[in-house]
Amino acid sequence: MGAVSDTAAKTGFRVWLNKRLPVDEFVDSQLIGYFAPKNLNIWYFFGALALLVFIIQIFSGIFLTMHYKPSELEAFDSVEYIMREVEFGWLIRYMHSTGASFFFIVVYLHMFRAMIYGSYRAPRELLWILGMLLYLALMAEAFLGYVLPWGNMSYWGAQVIVNLFGTIPVIGPGVVEWIRGDYGIADSTLNRFFALHVIALPFAIAFLVLMHLVALRQTGSNNPDGIEIKEKLGANGNPIDGIPFHPYYTVKDTVGVGVFLVFFCGVIFFAPTVGGLFIEKPNFEPANALSTPEHIAPVWYFTAFFAMLRAVPDQQLGALLTLLAIVVLFFLPWLDRSPVKSIRYKGILSKIALTLFVIAFVVLSYLGLQPVNDLYVILARIFTAVYFAFFLLMPWYTRIEQYKPAPERVTYHA
Amino acid sequence: MSDERVNADDIDVNRRKILTVATAATGAVGVAFTLVPFLASWKPSERARALGAPLEIDVSKLEPGQMITQIWRKQPIYVVRRTPESVAKLGGVTPNLKDPNSEASDQPSYVKNAIRSLKPEILVLYAACTHLGCLPKQYFTVADPEMGADWPGGFFCPCHGSRFDLAGRVFNGSPASANLRVPPHKFDSDSLLVIGVDAVQGAA
Repeated sequence: MGAVSDTAAKTGFRVWLNKRLPVDEFVDSQLIGYFAPKNLNIWYFFGALALLVFIIQIFSGIFLTMHYKPSELEAFDSVEYIMREVEFGWLIRYMHSTGASFFFIVVYLHMFRAMIYGSYRAPRELLWILGMLLYLALMAEAFLGYVLPWGNMSYWGAQVIVNLFGTIPVIGPGVVEWIRGDYGIADSTLNRFFALHVIALPFAIAFLVLMHLVALRQTGSNNPDGIEIKEKLGANGNPIDGIPFHPYYTVKDTVGVGVFLVFFCGVIFFAPTVGGLFIEKPNFEPANALSTPEHIAPVWYFTAFFAMLRAVPDQQLGALLTLLAIVVLFFLPWLDRSPVKSIRYKGILSKIALTLFVIAFVVLSYLGLQPVNDLYVILARIFTAVYFAFFLLMPWYTRIEQYKPAPERVTYHA
Repeated sequence: MSDERVNADDIDVNRRKILTVATAATGAVGVAFTLVPFLASWKPSERARALGAPLEIDVSKLEPGQMITQIWRKQPIYVVRRTPESVAKLGGVTPNLKDPNSEASDQPSYVKNAIRSLKPEILVLYAACTHLGCLPKQYFTVADPEMGADWPGGFFCPCHGSRFDLAGRVFNGSPASANLRVPPHKFDSDSLLVIGVDAVQGAA
């Protein structure tokens, strides 16, 4: 199957190598022989970009650990030392901090892509679930990383998040003490968060990325029409509407990488804190157990969930609701009962529901950044309801609405 | 050893299955025991526990209406000397409280009363909001302009807006569900407060 690289052109070393390590076989079967739909649009850049950001984070992270000290007394100063005294330390640190936010930007766009084109639908349920596990691992990684600079927001953010475990019935307080390793957020907490951030979670994420890619290779990419290109095979046994991933999409992704890096470098060089959005202002003060920042808010990528947490006047129910807001995403493949996958052919109800969902997520993200007041609490409750309605009503509105039949072949304008 | 192949019919499949399951189960028990030291290593260390010894505070210099913050076991503790008027008023605002009698709140049994203290005027609290652990701020002034005309004086958590009265009891409409926690404490003399030791032996 697929185009096979010219074996005759192989020189002695390549023959020697391939007898021992199947490099060419891998490229032939997994990259050249992998047929992706020819109608993939701009939304399909973000998976590759997420992989790029992961590599940037690993690389910049390794160099940060060479100067950073994970101890209560030295952490904050060592970050300042990186910023002021290590050659290009500021650049490496801003790459890493900007990379964290960009990771979530591309992952949110990647997830939204899956939602509009029904990429979570059968046969890609497991691909979606592996992606959701990656999202969870990424959230944990981002939280642990945010604690490391040991600024005041690091400290109080850790306090709030770790105490969420205290709402677990019966064992909660014990679990909290176990996570911290002390009677408060302490040196032991920082030290173990560092270990998890630089070793445990990166390994877990790398493994999940591999599984995500293997599952993708098995089912093949979905496409904006939400139809299976594998159902229309040509005489050579390859999908008629498919093109080899390499070189067509590897080259296309390279353009995406170029555009991405313009934005990424723009932030690193001109606005690394984005006015307190990527690095919050209280984090430029050292951790202080006796001074809560005026207003504790997580970084922007968690604020939608944070707004939900605050909207509930009971801590246990609030924590439970926030957990459910993430858990419900796992069930998306089974909540969508539409006969078509793509939003292009779904009915008006699905389009309205998805629009409201996006509005709810953006509004909640904004509310989570703001201090609490009575109006905002009411708004947060309304949009939390909208968020859950999108999922819980999905089996109903996707079934009753008028849909357009999906085409036989992908829509493609050369 | 003989060269003869084992005949497939002679294999006792059930016996094989039992042995496989038994081996796997024994292995799983071993893994579970191996996990214990790793999980236990996350508990507070001997040093952390030693540093958590009781703390003595002299409260004689505390003026009425004044509050001091002390650290015990990494946790800030508020010690307040309430004015006699504010103590007298603590019964008056009960309807607005989520848990006026501290039934669902966490405190030693010897302070489970309306004023939540051993001595009427000295209030000892963990300075951690029972919602998510932020530091509630002191708003002791009655009818504080920021808190509204009916404010009786108390604490306000700037993180998520929980409000507490001068006994650390939570007001309705707060995200916190329980009253501020009270650490174990006792008085060795009229002015010597000891935090970390219970006033009544065996009290929870």
